[in-house]
Amino acid sequence: MSEVSKKRRALLAGMAGGLGAIGAGDSRPLAPDDPTKLQGPPPTEVGERSPFERPRRTVMKNEPASSSRTPLQDLTGIITPSDLHFERHHAGVPRIDPERYTLLIHGLVERPTIFTLADLKRFPSVSRLYFLECSGNGGEALRDPKGDLTPQEIDGLTSVSEWTGVPLALLFREVGALPDARWFLAEGSDAAVMTRSVPMGKAWDDAMIAYAQNGEALRPETGYPARLLLPGWEGNANVKWIRRLELAERPFFTREETAKYTDPLPGGKTRMFSFEMDAKSIITFPAYPTKLASRGHWEVTGIAWSGRGRITRVELSVDGGRSFTDAELQEPVLPKCHTRFRKLWNWQGEPATLVSRATDETGYVQPTREDFLAVRGADTRYHFNHLRAWKVRGDGSVEFALV
Amino acid sequence: MSRVFGLLLFACACSPGAPASTPEVASAAAPKSEPSTESVDLHGEWRRWAETRELRAEALARLESLPRFGFGRRATAEEISAIDIDVMPDGTGLPEGRGTVERGRALYKNQCVQCHGADGRGADYDALAGEGAYTVGNFWPYATILYDYIYRAMPQAVPGSLPPDDVYSLTAFVLHLNELLPADGALDRESLPRIEMPARDGFIYDDRAGGSELK
Repeated sequence: MSEVSKKRRALLAGMAGGLGAIGAGDSRPLAPDDPTKLQGPPPTEVGERSPFERPRRTVMKNEPASSSRTPLQDLTGIITPSDLHFERHHAGVPRIDPERYTLLIHGLVERPTIFTLADLKRFPSVSRLYFLECSGNGGEALRDPKGDLTPQEIDGLTSVSEWTGVPLALLFREVGALPDARWFLAEGSDAAVMTRSVPMGKAWDDAMIAYAQNGEALRPETGYPARLLLPGWEGNANVKWIRRLELAERPFFTREETAKYTDPLPGGKTRMFSFEMDAKSIITFPAYPTKLASRGHWEVTGIAWSGRGRITRVELSVDGGRSFTDAELQEPVLPKCHTRFRKLWNWQGEPATLVSRATDETGYVQPTREDFLAVRGADTRYHFNHLRAWKVRGDGSVEFALV
Repeated sequence: MSRVFGLLLFACACSPGAPASTPEVASAAAPKSEPSTESVDLHGEWRRWAETRELRAEALARLESLPRFGFGRRATAEEISAIDIDVMPDGTGLPEGRGTVERGRALYKNQCVQCHGADGRGADYDALAGEGAYTVGNFWPYATILYDYIYRAMPQAVPGSLPPDDVYSLTAFVLHLNELLPADGALDRESLPRIEMPARDGFIYDDRAGGSELK
């Protein structure tokens, strides 16, 4: 064995040892002093992240855990890597054999029909980028706005994927949906047998049965092998592991749309079927736990999104919302999708409070916390889209705040 | 569960020839009016999504150039009924069977108390009764939701395992905890939809529509 091969083996062994130690302590993965003097490892069947990059979902601590959050501060652009898509399950992640998977469509239809996964994939397909957000996103940060919350902890229950599937309108036409059908029940095959009622208009508009995400099959935790996708509507209604759609004249009033996922309002009434996600934004840099290393230029960036269409404007404030200037919107600006915004900021060491404010194509403007609570009341349980802020101190440290 | 079946069932329940309720079924929460979902009306912005005529016509026009593909196969009545487990507020979908508060109390002690606490006051999971917000008694609009949810998703360790008599009994006991059924009360598919829930008229449909109005 040549000296070079021996050295290489020793280094690879060392790297393996280093990789194995990443999770255990502070030891960094090994890297050669000069990568130009060493042949790298060969191609592999499945790629992995650099051992120096460790983006992770945070699994919420309730027992048993039922959600995990996307590390928004670690991501650029608008796409969420599939393995970092947020999770919210009501009875864990079921394992479903795609060869035994079926979707039943029945009720007010001419032809009650069972589709296999192969049947669904044989229909003309569409691929679209959409955000998916849990309607509880942001609630903990409103109730307990601690300075040491990260973007992930505040708003990590939103993610963007390119979804591929068959338009629901096509399936409903196929089975002969009757004109009397105004709602359909969507039912999942997890152990919660999750059910939500959805108005038929959404099916005729842009709903789909999705079987792929970011170019490959859905992940188990995002609904493998097929799920309902309702672009721009609260995550819970996008029923995963979809097994049955029943068309009816009226809503079914399931537990998940009465006892849960409803919004008590001031005055005593409770809003139900509040599907659309209101326009919202959050700065993902600078954000806790970042510390600005020096004065000078920094790019303030973040994401904005609306369940009602495109983001038309994101404004940024450095003075806690007293004055705003427009941020630049990164193309593509897509409807019902995260939009990346950015603005160059020349920081000269002054204390500042950064705030982002989104406007969507309906003219809806993201409200202040005060305005938000005035219309929703203190008991509101979902749809937390008030402004978020970051306080930058003179030493460059950053803390979460509400304004 | 199909509407047609529901109408037939309802016709039976209301026909003069139907057997009268047993005394224990008749309860403090005796029906004050026909069970109905009409109190939740389609209004405002909701017409956009649930009044589907225009959206349907637009979609069908969009798809007009495509053939009808004929993929998939016709579902049989047996295949549908095997997984069609939902129960609607008017009782559509409720199976035969009967349960009592008394039996429900024993089942609750074995199957539910660990998560929902003594007398449904809550423990690791939701309170079902008591003084807090969002209990069955002060927040749930229809009693049928209890049956639907207990049958489909409970108990957590063995979801979907309870036979109808057990589900009726647990439903009865939870209603009893909320003072909506007496201690000697019982439930079946005719009486359950008639329980009038205090929160029945507590809901409005989504009235947000984007634009300049904050709601």
